[in-house]
Amino acid sequence: MAIDAATVRKVARLARIREPEERLEPLAQELNTIISWIEQLEEVDTDGVEPMTSVVAVALPLRDDVVTEGGDTSRILSNAPKSADGFFIVPKVVE
Amino acid sequence: MSEKSKLIQGRTGPWEIVLGLEIHAQVASNSKLFSGAAVGFGAGPNEQVALVDAAMPGMLPVINRHCVEQAVRAGLGLNAQINLWSRFDRKNYFYPDLPQGYQISQFKDPIVGEGIVEVERDDGTIFIVGVERLHLEQDAGKSIHDLDPNFTYVDLNRAGTALMEIVSKPDMRSSDEAASYVKKIRTILRYLGACDGDMEKGNLRADVNVSVRRPGAELGTRCEIKNVNSYRYIQQAIEYEARRQIEILEDGGSIHQETRLFDPTKIETRSMRSKEEAHDYRYFPDPDLLPLVLDPAWVQSIKDSLPELPDPKRKRFESQYGLSHYDAGVLVADQARAAFYEQAAAGRDAKLVANWTVNNLLGRLAENGGDIETSPIPPEDIAGLVKLIEDGVISSKIAKEVFDHMWAGEGTPAQVVEKFGLVQITDTGAIEASIDKIMAANPDKVEAAKERPQALGWFVGQVMRDTGGKANPAAVNEILKVKLGL
Amino acid sequence: MSDLTKLTLKAALAGLKARDFSSVDITKAHIEAIEQARGLNAYVLETPDKALAMAAESDERLARGEGGPLEGAPLGIKDLFCTEGVRSTAASKILGNFVPAYESTVTSQLWRDGGVMLGKLNLDEFAMGSSNETSAFGPVINPWRRNGSDAALTPGGSSGGSAAATAADLCLAATATDTGGSIRQPAAFTGTVGIKPTYGRCSRWGIIAFASSLDQAGPIAKTVEDAAIMLRSMSGHDVKDSTSLPVEVPDFSSYVGKSVKGLRIGVPKEYRIDGMPAEIEKLWADGIAWLKDAGCEIVEVSLPHTKYALPAYYIVAPAEASSNLARYDGMRYGLRAGGPSLTDVYEESRAQGFGEEVKRRILIGTYVLSAGYYDAYYLKAQKVRRRIADDFDQAWQTCDALLTPTAPSAAFALGEQSDDPIAMYLNDIFTVTTNLAGLPGLSLPAGRDAQGLPLGLQLIGRALDEGTLFSLAGALEKAAGFTAKADRWW
Repeated sequence: MAIDAATVRKVARLARIREPEERLEPLAQELNTIISWIEQLEEVDTDGVEPMTSVVAVALPLRDDVVTEGGDTSRILSNAPKSADGFFIVPKVVE
Repeated sequence: MSEKSKLIQGRTGPWEIVLGLEIHAQVASNSKLFSGAAVGFGAGPNEQVALVDAAMPGMLPVINRHCVEQAVRAGLGLNAQINLWSRFDRKNYFYPDLPQGYQISQFKDPIVGEGIVEVERDDGTIFIVGVERLHLEQDAGKSIHDLDPNFTYVDLNRAGTALMEIVSKPDMRSSDEAASYVKKIRTILRYLGACDGDMEKGNLRADVNVSVRRPGAELGTRCEIKNVNSYRYIQQAIEYEARRQIEILEDGGSIHQETRLFDPTKIETRSMRSKEEAHDYRYFPDPDLLPLVLDPAWVQSIKDSLPELPDPKRKRFESQYGLSHYDAGVLVADQARAAFYEQAAAGRDAKLVANWTVNNLLGRLAENGGDIETSPIPPEDIAGLVKLIEDGVISSKIAKEVFDHMWAGEGTPAQVVEKFGLVQITDTGAIEASIDKIMAANPDKVEAAKERPQALGWFVGQVMRDTGGKANPAAVNEILKVKLGL
Repeated sequence: MSDLTKLTLKAALAGLKARDFSSVDITKAHIEAIEQARGLNAYVLETPDKALAMAAESDERLARGEGGPLEGAPLGIKDLFCTEGVRSTAASKILGNFVPAYESTVTSQLWRDGGVMLGKLNLDEFAMGSSNETSAFGPVINPWRRNGSDAALTPGGSSGGSAAATAADLCLAATATDTGGSIRQPAAFTGTVGIKPTYGRCSRWGIIAFASSLDQAGPIAKTVEDAAIMLRSMSGHDVKDSTSLPVEVPDFSSYVGKSVKGLRIGVPKEYRIDGMPAEIEKLWADGIAWLKDAGCEIVEVSLPHTKYALPAYYIVAPAEASSNLARYDGMRYGLRAGGPSLTDVYEESRAQGFGEEVKRRILIGTYVLSAGYYDAYYLKAQKVRRRIADDFDQAWQTCDALLTPTAPSAAFALGEQSDDPIAMYLNDIFTVTTNLAGLPGLSLPAGRDAQGLPLGLQLIGRALDEGTLFSLAGALEKAAGFTAKADRWW
């Protein structure tokens, strides 16, 4: 499954990372090298094998329905690039 | 209602609408699905936000047991399969009200599987809506676009709140059916206490999938109308969208699968700005969470603790209290109403109590924009009113007057009757005296009555007026008949 | 006074307790050493004022005869751990001057036990790398040099700062994290001891996430016992981390020095790779001989899916990372660039904020999860991962621990491998299997190559059996007698 510049552009957009045009082809090559190396996994017989979705064999722990956090907006906003009146201020979505 | 009448007549022939709904119901809980921040309305911006909700570096989700319980409860209420093993997946996309850059949801293995809901149409006929699944997921925060022309303000109070998404099968065929289905789901969830169903606050909202087809043909391409939060809007949106699609198809065009928004002021649906690429959410199992495993004994205990649900309660009201299907339906539409009714009906004439509750009390409450929770009349007073009628202390007509006084907060039925002297006159002596007085004053009418027995009614009216409406009408009738020689 | 920095953690703790010197003394000594060692670029943020304040408080406790297991010990913290009130960057520009309002569970336990924070240690950006060359703060220089050469060598990665600082006596021990080998390989490159415990042994809460199902915190230290002391304080169940194991923390130190007689040591034949340097082969053979002498039984085992571990890792880790790093978007903290539209700000902030290796991995991760590829890549990799874990389960039927080399070479020069991502990835060939299977792995220095550079041996154990690893490591440490330190050139 070869990756071309168009695919890189698409993937970069999905990942919200700007890649200049001139980087697309070199990146495609870099990624292709890695992907073809990864493709040796096809050699492995995995019929009937359950994917490993959790490394630890315990069940999901459940917590009590009590309020334990919140109320301190400074804790939440203290690193915000832009905030006011308790809100995060972010660029407008162009609809 | 026949199948045919649900079809929409287009220019070139009939069309069938096919509808599927995804209902998002906010789980009633104290804290959020994966964090310990509070859930609820009215706090200042970002006052109900945990570090996890703000997606600070290094934060991890921990699931709320009560939210899981509520989902199980809801699943049981939908007669659905509870999956003892389920998993959480990440749905990845970028938006400022989604701090993590992904929503924790359930994609492949939801907590609740297939179920069935019986829904009644306005005409009383029943249709079945299949439920595909119910899953738990995080709600997003709120983006406010109109506080600044150049920026969006983001409040994460709602981010991370637990939602149950209930996905129906595409079993509905009209906007009425869709609205009835949503009503039913809302009622069930409120009965279970799993969601408060407050559509105004957005705690219950629907995404409506609309497609059209020629009757008997393959399913058409559907469009999704997002976040509709009232019955009326749901109906309006469906009707607009169906016509929009039919027009396109009849003009020879085709429908693009897309997401649309309903504009309630223009009463139309609008395409959301289409992105260059279709949404690729890159679902994968959330590696910060292990599979959710439910103890069957725990699920059973939840099942055992379920309240009586609307459908069985309605059937019971019909058989136990002898109520009409309609009256029973009105009373069980809301659990609080049903509870009110049963309290009032205890030991009383059940049908009479139902009449007064449905026609008078609920009717009056509806006129004033309220429901049983805001009733100024407690159930024991409805019971008291009915008892007075049963005992013949007041007539049904006088009872209406008593009711009005009760509504105005002027006392219990007994107090009102006492205060305003509304006790029914059953003393035959008093009735005879009144009849004699009227007969004496109207000899010509007495004569005429012998020819025309219907004139009895006039006499009854006169006696009632003379006694201030308090004479027992049955007794008046009987005695009049004798005195007039009828 | 500078002799204080040469102490092991164990000796320092004893000295502090005995009041031979104060915590302020030993902390000052380290602060001086750090100032003089800036050429190594091990620390990205020095916190001398905080350190001295913490040291003073430790001295008060020690004077009262109180004090925790780490009381007064100056430690370095990999800048992947969020430290309250102290800038935390993951060695990335994208976090800007992010100052957490919270402390990671692991570090809060170190402070609970009396540790003193010297500063934040350099690492590969977002822990992605095997040479500490991807850091936004520049590479770390290995205190070790080849005989007769002044070429700058890498300390390994991603925990290059932790390893270099420990090796150069710039802290008594350091915290680190390991996702594919990032504790063990740098430990091997710098002649220090590093252990990645069982997945779930240490809490991940407050550690900037790279690959959630693989990340684990662990110590880098000067000796096996030092590592055991650190690991004990770092470990423990945390209700805030759903993947944290609800198990007791053993007294790991008590396992060091225990007899290893009768233990069966597996030697996995697939770890003998083509082109393995003869010196590493020899070291491995030495290790086998030492354990035999100590009374162990040596067993050859097979882990047939070993060669697929790296490719599987390079699907799973980038996939999880691509999602974990989505939150770095310029909206709520960190670098914000570009505009005016939202998409513009996302794309520009992340383009400027992330380095090339991080971007590369995010792109790979996004790609393998994207529509149409999920089954072929991610799902397949998770199945292969199960196979790898099953291989280990099979092996445990005939042995109690495995002995392998830690890395396929000694420390290499800066820039030597940074053009070839796959060559760089191959550094993790011996370590990555344990992350995939969630097992504990320990590296200790066991010899030197012809150019005088340290070489490490790795022990892999059963889940939650770090104890056995510490016993075996103690035996190997004794037998190997590796006491060399890097000649100071800084």
